Amino acid sequence: MEEIRDVVLEYVIEEYLEDEDEEISYETPLISGGIVDSFSMVSLKRFLEAKYKISIPDEKASPEAFDTVNSITALVKEITS
Amino acid sequence: MSFNEKIRAMYVEQIEGIKDAGIFKQERLIHSAQAADIEVEFPTGSSLKKVINMCANNYLGLSSHPEVVKAAHDGLDTRGYGMSSVRFICGTQDIHKELERKVTEFLGTEDTILFPSCMDANAGVFEAILTDEDVMISDRLVHASIIDGIRLCSAMHDTFKHSNMSHLEKKLQLHADKRLKVVITDGVFSMDGDTAKLDEMVALCEKYDAMLFVDDSHATGFIGKTGRGTHEKCGVFGKIDIITTTFGKALGGASGGCVSGRKELVELCRQKARPYLFSNTIAPVVVSGVLKVLDILSESTERRDKLEKNTAYWRKGLTEAGFVLKDGDTPIVPVMLFNAKLSQNISNDLYDEGIYAIGFFFPVVAKGQARIRTQISAGHEIHHLDKALDAFIKIGKKYDILSKTKQEIIEMYGL
Repeated sequence: MEEIRDVVLEYVIEEYLEDEDEEISYETPLISGGIVDSFSMVSLKRFLEAKYKISIPDEKASPEAFDTVNSITALVKEITS
Repeated sequence: MSFNEKIRAMYVEQIEGIKDAGIFKQERLIHSAQAADIEVEFPTGSSLKKVINMCANNYLGLSSHPEVVKAAHDGLDTRGYGMSSVRFICGTQDIHKELERKVTEFLGTEDTILFPSCMDANAGVFEAILTDEDVMISDRLVHASIIDGIRLCSAMHDTFKHSNMSHLEKKLQLHADKRLKVVITDGVFSMDGDTAKLDEMVALCEKYDAMLFVDDSHATGFIGKTGRGTHEKCGVFGKIDIITTTFGKALGGASGGCVSGRKELVELCRQKARPYLFSNTIAPVVVSGVLKVLDILSESTERRDKLEKNTAYWRKGLTEAGFVLKDGDTPIVPVMLFNAKLSQNISNDLYDEGIYAIGFFFPVVAKGQARIRTQISAGHEIHHLDKALDAFIKIGKKYDILSKTKQEIIEMYGL
């Protein structure tokens, strides 16, 4: 099975990075680092819900939980487990 | 609680922080009417300086047009100064309805509602027509007033990359389950001067049953062959569901704005939009001026044609001189400098040469995208543009940026 964190990383690069030379890692701060604004977070949430057939409750979809690829992966794993 | 010294110190610190960050905004006092030639007091307290204005939204040169001024005088004489009421109590005159009819006709829509400004139109429209069952999908470079309106609305919000139609399509697919989908864009983007791909957006909206919203504030009156706006230029006149625009730029430049579009959406704004319900509408004197502007524009395309020629002349001159410009064909012509300090220095030097053009840098534009945004007007004559070109070239030589690439300018001055 595809690693969740690689799926998330690929989506974030495709969705949010405007500059092709920009590089991010699993631990790059996305929201607090200004890469993803809180508005744009919604597409990531909807993507994950569709991809993994889950529902992420609003209270769990916090800017903190969505701040790095690793934290997003942890959230998805918690909900799917 | 009184405004004690501790509170004052807190605010002083905040203001100092803005100054330290180099983003403190200062007003320059203009002692003349708005036009191509203006008299400016800057810095405050200094003697007046005659300069050529290269940064007004006075695209059609109508801000001080004698016929518009006369119409405003007549409106003042016959309809008075203020309304002292919101629209639905006793704040609607016959001329407000006349203006709504004329704007509807000009933009090729079904109905129009006036707002005190386009900022208010954008702040009020989404909340009035959408609920939490719906989604708003906006271009990532839309104007700040649209962002504010989106924040006030309970519908879900998502974005697509600037003018990227395949990304927009993915978003329309992602949100296919929503009750209503609204795609949101500027017609002409105010910082880059590029035009939205409205023809492609209309096709996508039709394919995915979405509505299309366009803020045409930097287009109404002069974009398209008869100046109706971006929808005319893109061949989709009559196909935009919601247009917002302003009377504070090309259409006389005083104030006021509107929502124009499908009549049911306009009616819902009349019933629910808070800036319309809880604020006076446009003053009669301004309404009278805008009515005259629309008459002038409906009679002849002379002014927008002159603007188009002036814009082509200006772009050609800057390009041949070796400046890096943003691509486009609108009267918004950004001269790219990339470095914030460089944009400020060049703006100051241009002012010394009698040219008034402002530097824009982060957070108004993205980091590393600093520029001087020049804006062309039908009020400019060729001698204005020639003088401005001479000044740009002189200052460009001083900083050795002529015929340099983006990369070379960045290597010289940093980001």
